[in-house]
Amino acid sequence: MKVLVPVKRVLDYNLKVRVKPDGSGVDLSNLKMSINPFCEIAIEEAVRMKEGGGGHAKDSATEVVAVSIGPEQAQETLRNALAIGADRGILVKADGEVEPLAVAKILKGVIEAEKPDLVILGKQAIDDDNNATAQMLAALLDWPQATFASKVVLAGNKATVTREVDGGLQTIDVDLPAIISTDLRLNEPRYASLPNIMKAKKKPIDAKTPADYGVDTAPRLKVTKTAEPGKRQAGIKVKTTAELVGKLKEAGVI
Amino acid sequence: MAVLVVAEHDNASVKDATNKVVTAATAMGADVDVLVAGSNAGGAAAAAAKIDGVRKVLHADGATLAKQMAEPLEALIVPLMSGYDAVLFPASTTGKNAAPRVAAKLDVMQVSGVIGIEGADTFVRPIYAGNAIITVQDSQPKKVLVVQPTAFKAAGNGGSASVEATAAPAGPFKSAFVSEEMAKSDRPELTAAKRIVSGGRALGSSEEFHKVLEPLADKLGAAVGASRAAVDAGYAPNDYQVGQTGKVVAPELYVAIGISGAIQHLAGMKDSKVIVAINKDEDAPIFQVADYGLVADYKTAVPELMDELGKAGV
Ligand SMILES: Cc1cc2nc3c(=O)[nH]c(=O)nc-3n(C[C@H](O)[C@H](O)[C@H](O)COP(=O)(O)OP(=O)(O)OC[C@H]3O[C@@H](n4cnc5c(N)ncnc54)[C@H](O)[C@@H]3O)c2cc1C
Ligand SMILES: Cc1cc2nc3c(=O)[nH]c(=O)nc-3n(C[C@H](O)[C@H](O)[C@H](O)COP(=O)(O)OP(=O)(O)OC[C@H]3O[C@@H](n4cnc5c(N)ncnc54)[C@H](O)[C@@H]3O)c2cc1C
Repeated sequence: MKVLVPVKRVLDYNLKVRVKPDGSGVDLSNLKMSINPFCEIAIEEAVRMKEGGGGHAKDSATEVVAVSIGPEQAQETLRNALAIGADRGILVKADGEVEPLAVAKILKGVIEAEKPDLVILGKQAIDDDNNATAQMLAALLDWPQATFASKVVLAGNKATVTREVDGGLQTIDVDLPAIISTDLRLNEPRYASLPNIMKAKKKPIDAKTPADYGVDTAPRLKVTKTAEPGKRQAGIKVKTTAELVGKLKEAGVI
Repeated sequence: MAVLVVAEHDNASVKDATNKVVTAATAMGADVDVLVAGSNAGGAAAAAAKIDGVRKVLHADGATLAKQMAEPLEALIVPLMSGYDAVLFPASTTGKNAAPRVAAKLDVMQVSGVIGIEGADTFVRPIYAGNAIITVQDSQPKKVLVVQPTAFKAAGNGGSASVEATAAPAGPFKSAFVSEEMAKSDRPELTAAKRIVSGGRALGSSEEFHKVLEPLADKLGAAVGASRAAVDAGYAPNDYQVGQTGKVVAPELYVAIGISGAIQHLAGMKDSKVIVAINKDEDAPIFQVADYGLVADYKTAVPELMDELGKAGV
């Protein structure tokens, strides 16, 4: 079984973004970029399907292909995925913003060329927080989807997936080929070892463009303003629980 | 202009999120219809018909819709969109699961996490865990929005719209429901609760988490939430997680106990009206958003707080 994993390059999750003073966008210059944490979980799951582990039999996956859509530097994100254990990468070079709909259309093209049996994505990218790409891709392909996965069990032509939903957990079966999106509890990604980081440098990365898949990446939505969020008034420290209860009474919340 | 709101419901009744999304739809200056897609969902359809400002309720009922899975919802909603300019989903796991499928089928880029409606085509949403707020102009002929219910007031229940039946999709579909484990609790639902007591890694174990937080939550009539660290460590179930990648909440009172206040956590609760933080580290970032901060060990502070609440007649 071949598994495809789209990975996105995003601002490192430890960093706080700054809004440009003129409101034209956010300032990402000189900030550390990393692989989106949910995509890292997706790669880890695919690699476990190959190596055995996480409940998967060894060789459940025979090949793991990572794909990223982004600027030249998204190469680093792919190398990151290759260091975790993906076999090869595809970089679809696109500068500027690419909305999930266009990302999904490009991925559809990649999938038609690569013919994977399973595609694992992150449930959301921590920059734009759209939580959309996986579902859009599933619709474009007319494939079933299992989003927000916390457990994946492969069995023949099906995957049984436990999903994190409001109120608890839901388990569904999807026929393969299928789209899965990862939630936080699916696995804990490994730290890539130095030898694997070195090995990753030699793994192949194909270069493509959106035009290769006939996709127009012009954004559909226009961002007219980017603003700082409203700031909360600084509060006070109370010394005792009695004082706290007094304040809460005054505020009318108890 | 006409807008379709996809109801959040449990077949018997509609969730408060539906009333809130109706308010968002009304702000677009449109005629608002509500879709109730479910199985034996007559009760929910009747409840939706009472929401103020609703023109009519579309009620699709059938076995394929019992679990409101993404594929049947797509099959149901896409054809209905010939009669609507926009469709609004609540940002629940059901809404987030289905909306992008509908959008992609309509060849539309959806706007996710909408917290403000500035007109029929101008929407406000947070990016980067709420550290930037963007205004988006959407001039696509059809629009698909996922609305953050906590950002809108709930429409009242004084209406009397008509209910019209519409056919449920037949299938077959390539995904099938197997089972579910839903938490049973008499406490209010996290996203609709007026008060929330939330615990972090400091609680140290599942027993401690429940032993410390539940009596306080019961006293306050509050829902219980958690940080990601507490959920990852197994102290609390996954659907307790508040934050950028969990639930977004905005209660009148949010009490954070042993939570440091990472940006991902703040993204889910900083619109609460009053925030209380109990943390033994006076430099914890949670104090930067707390209205009332108590630097203390929760082990002594929570029992004391219970006593003081008792004395105050709560
Ligand atoms: C309103 C709006 C404003 C925007 N503004 C900006 C801006 O100011 N600056 C800017 O640079 N961009 C901007 N973008 C686009 C941005 O570049 C994102 O690439 C795009 O929106 C994807 O959304 P997401 O990452 O939130 O997708 P999600 O649906 O949250 O991503 C889920 C998963 O899809 C996969 N995926 C998503 N994108 C890629 C990718 N490129 N390559 C491989 N896999 C991927 C990953 O597996 C990821 O975990 C904007 C987009 C929108 C809709
Ligand atoms: C992709 C991604 C998504 C994420 N999404 C979320 C999310 O949605 N929600 C979320 O919450 N987090 C999220 N996180 C995690 C986030 O970055 C933090 O790691 C997490 O919120 C920390 O949880 P915590 O505050 O409970 O733990 P800690 O940061 O360890 O804080 C524990 C606090 O308890 C205090 N403490 C210890 N003992 C006591 C005591 N006896 N009495 C009182 N106080 C005490 C300490 O001083 C400390 O401040 C995400 C991270 C990533 C990478």
